[in-house]
Amino acid sequence: MKLWEYIVYRIILAIVVIFFVITIVFFVSHVIPSNPAALWAGAHPTPEQIEKAREQLHLDEPVIVQFYYYLSGLLHGDLGVSIRTHNPVSEDIASAFTATLELIIVAEIFAVIIGILLGVYSAVKKNTWLDNVSRLFAISGVSLPAFWFGMILQLLFFKQLGWLPLSGRVDTIVILEHPLHIITGLYIFDALITGNWPVFQNAIWHIILPAATLAMYPVGLITRQVRSMMIEVLQENYVRTARAYGIPDKMIYFKYALKNAVAPALIVVGLSLAYTLVGAFLVEIIFNWPGLGRYATYAILSMDYPAIIGVVIVAATAYVFINLAVDIIQMYLDPRIRV
Amino acid sequence: MKKDEIIRVLKILVRNKLSLLGIIIILVLLITAIFAPWLAPYPEQAEGEPNLGEKLLPPSSKHWFGTDYMGRDVLSRVIYGARISLLVAVSVVALGLIIGVPLGLLAGYKGGVIDAVIMRTTDVFLSFPPLLLALLISVTLGRGLENAIIALGVSWWPWYTRLIRGMAVSLKEKPYVEVAKSMGISNWKIIGRHILPNAISPVIVQGTMDMGSAILEASALSFLGLGVQPPTADWGLMVSQGKDYLLNYWWYPTFPGLAIFITVIAFNLVGDTLREILDPRLRRRFL
Repeated sequence: MKLWEYIVYRIILAIVVIFFVITIVFFVSHVIPSNPAALWAGAHPTPEQIEKAREQLHLDEPVIVQFYYYLSGLLHGDLGVSIRTHNPVSEDIASAFTATLELIIVAEIFAVIIGILLGVYSAVKKNTWLDNVSRLFAISGVSLPAFWFGMILQLLFFKQLGWLPLSGRVDTIVILEHPLHIITGLYIFDALITGNWPVFQNAIWHIILPAATLAMYPVGLITRQVRSMMIEVLQENYVRTARAYGIPDKMIYFKYALKNAVAPALIVVGLSLAYTLVGAFLVEIIFNWPGLGRYATYAILSMDYPAIIGVVIVAATAYVFINLAVDIIQMYLDPRIRV
Repeated sequence: MKKDEIIRVLKILVRNKLSLLGIIIILVLLITAIFAPWLAPYPEQAEGEPNLGEKLLPPSSKHWFGTDYMGRDVLSRVIYGARISLLVAVSVVALGLIIGVPLGLLAGYKGGVIDAVIMRTTDVFLSFPPLLLALLISVTLGRGLENAIIALGVSWWPWYTRLIRGMAVSLKEKPYVEVAKSMGISNWKIIGRHILPNAISPVIVQGTMDMGSAILEASALSFLGLGVQPPTADWGLMVSQGKDYLLNYWWYPTFPGLAIFITVIAFNLVGDTLREILDPRLRRRFL
């Protein structure tokens, strides 16, 4: 299969998957017995109010017609209105999405730094205790229940040591005293470019624990990947030559060898992005992080179907496209996979 | 896989310190699950009987892991939780195999349109975040252990279909299959007698290695309230219930979570070594 054929196939597949997801989520949410009209009308609704709500939500039409309305709304970026918050779901999700995005970006930065360092040293000291410890650490990373590990970090760094805040994205008092001018929705970035240091510092303080929790899984992946690539590269002739010339080890490892190990490591970062997106759901609940996961949990608890459908569609679309991008880059870099 | 090959693999597993550790932990877990009623100090509390006189006590010689918000012994409940976890692990993988293996055999042996349809369907399933799919299915089917198992199994099968299809494609070219075909033996018999037995072992190995991930994902569903329901002793559910007591009663969520972690790590330690021995290309699944 040629590269462009593969790309076309994958894009068509992505569209099919997303359509499939939308269809399933929509019909699933209409199978579950519930009374959205009553929820919509608020507390103690009169029969007339419910009737009006039914009309507004097109609940009198056959399911297929409702599906048509939903799809045509979706094409205009309309995900319906949340039953719980009465805001358009797309607005709710947009603000939650940036919070989740910020968390994921910081987690991946942690993961890349720690993963590369551990991977390089593990390869250099292959089959020593350091390698074994790093292997154990990497396997722990992919074995940890994220929701539990977050709690353990809270116990340690908040309760015992008192170094870091328990939860939340930024302290309300700080944001009230130093209002943040929102540009991208990523607090750390916005505070940095507007020079709002108190918020910048406070936001970093808050993100450390949830990001570290979320980073554990990708750290494991990256460490293992960098290790196996480095072991291969270190046996190459040019590394031996560099050594013979007396070039310092650190420079050989991090400047020459790592360069060749970095591309596959980046692919793992891409693969793990999709995982962290879903992992963030659990981590956000523990750290009360106002992102997609927490929004979804509240939506599930209050049977807020437009919101549940919206989150699932947005998360699945992001997941599908991240995977698509990673696979295409991987194909491009490594023609052996093109079968 | 032949008998001497199994022995060779077992020898490597036992010689490697980390995978030996994994094997020992899994064996201990298995024994714990089987003998739970005899090992648990308070079996009736593990089954859900409240003991309101001893609420939220810290670990002591009477209650090694402390007690929960209903005064129940956390150690006993963690011991009983091993049963649910192993049950989930085995059932999820088994369900994945039951759906995935026949489809993979059919796709690989028949080829053509059937192959294309089955493999494109696996593509669709694999592009969907597994936990989200499981979440959706559990929301639809309702809460509970059986539904969580179905939800996870359904998001699991495409991996096995892909694996066994690859095996079937290469096996159907083998001379003994050609001979069987020319003798007019029916396709079903050929698949059952010649393809399946030769293709199944890597899939079984993969399934065993997947049990850790199955436990991890099931615990996430339980944590979200979509898996096992109270008063059953389940690790994920206990962590979820203990969440609100974390800061003042640390033992309550800590021990059940530790049990999940140790179990999953044991399966992954064995799996990581197995993968290195058997097929480095499989690594992407784990990592």
